[in-house]
Amino acid sequence: MSGVRVLVGTKKGAFLLTADGKRKAWQVEGPHFAGWEMYHLKGSPADPNRIYASQTSGWFGQVVERSDDGGKTWEAVGNQFPYEGVPGTHQWYDGSPHPWEFKRVWHLEPSLDDPDTVYAGIEDAAIFKSTDAGKSWKELAGLRGHGSGSQWMPGAGGMGLHTILLDPSNKDRMHIAISAAGVFRTDDAGKTWRPMNRGLNSQFLPNPTAEVGHCVHRIAMHPSRPETLYMQKHWDVMRSDDGGESWTEVSGNLPTDFGFPIDVHAHDAETIYVVPIKSDSEHYPPEGKLRVYRSKSGGNEWEPLTKGLPQENCYVNVLRDAMAVDALDPCGVYFGTTGGQVYASPDGGDSWTPIVRDLPAVLSVEVQTLR
Amino acid sequence: MIRVVLPAPLRRLAKIDGEVALDVVAPVTQRSIQDALELRFPMLRGTTRDQVTGKRRAFMRFFACGMDLSDDPPDAAVPEAVARGEEPFLVVGAIAGG
Repeated sequence: MSGVRVLVGTKKGAFLLTADGKRKAWQVEGPHFAGWEMYHLKGSPADPNRIYASQTSGWFGQVVERSDDGGKTWEAVGNQFPYEGVPGTHQWYDGSPHPWEFKRVWHLEPSLDDPDTVYAGIEDAAIFKSTDAGKSWKELAGLRGHGSGSQWMPGAGGMGLHTILLDPSNKDRMHIAISAAGVFRTDDAGKTWRPMNRGLNSQFLPNPTAEVGHCVHRIAMHPSRPETLYMQKHWDVMRSDDGGESWTEVSGNLPTDFGFPIDVHAHDAETIYVVPIKSDSEHYPPEGKLRVYRSKSGGNEWEPLTKGLPQENCYVNVLRDAMAVDALDPCGVYFGTTGGQVYASPDGGDSWTPIVRDLPAVLSVEVQTLR
Repeated sequence: MIRVVLPAPLRRLAKIDGEVALDVVAPVTQRSIQDALELRFPMLRGTTRDQVTGKRRAFMRFFACGMDLSDDPPDAAVPEAVARGEEPFLVVGAIAGG
């Protein structure tokens, strides 16, 4: 019997939402790690019982938790993320140099084939790797060391490395994204990195087409076609068909091209989802209507998905790591809001139902397909 | 034995209830108390002080015997009553954030 487990990180704890393959009746379990900010939880594709979680607090700092039994029990593992060498400086909001400082883990990306290998994207932006199930972490220092680090600057939420995409067709290739630096790619398993931002245009930069400095909010990929990438930038929805070497805008008829998450249908690499948000100063849906927009043509032509979503007086946000898709057929789509709702669509976005309505503000949503 | 009282989030993280009793080799200082605490509860490493610099985390406070010891040097001796186990060493999360 197939089923799904939705891993929800919130401002005040983590919740596990489970259902069978119909995705109609849900069990809600939590809060785990009550009172802590749970930036991200993600299960290993190689072993669904292995889940990693980023637990953080302004008081107590960073903890990384690991479960080996599908979230029933947890063990704190390594939480030391030492930058390699002298960390140096990046730009502060006013353009002045600011020392690199570890603040928190934004994103955990387990390896596609080894449950003990996991990557961590952190603030201030860097990528770390563990090969011992989270006990110890080592920086892939070539990213910060490639030469442009002194030009990176924090977005409003901090200078986080928030996206890590592992290429299923090439073990040595991965893409990462940083707010506000942009997309970088390695083709040698993390030793060296290149910026991948050609075609991006960011008006807040002195040079809007600069090689780095872009506030990329999220990138996504379909595993069957890893050369095609989709991006929700601060403003603009973008697409690349050459592994990030160049990007073209596909915002098309969206009501606003500002937003945070972007994701790809599990069974169709040309079907993508975004949640338009009014602007960078007004972090809520335009007109108070919560609408997911779907494109079945890989961008440019978008349709609003509204069935089951509030269409008046809705002023929540959907954060960058708070959307996910399952691998069932039809594909399930999930997203969480800063108002504490987690919505599920068991039919590829045609209709939506809240699984839960009143959680703390949702920071992240991931889903595991259990077979 | 040195008595240590942790804030609730750290008690949950360490999976303990109530006070902690620690064997701490003299001289008893903030540093030696935290060393002993982290040795017994490795999951608490980095939660009260930075793991690299050893500096107290900004929103953590240390109290004992009605005094705020937070800004004392980490190697200064704690009050005798704490060292004798008569009074607890209180680790407190600052009241911040509403």
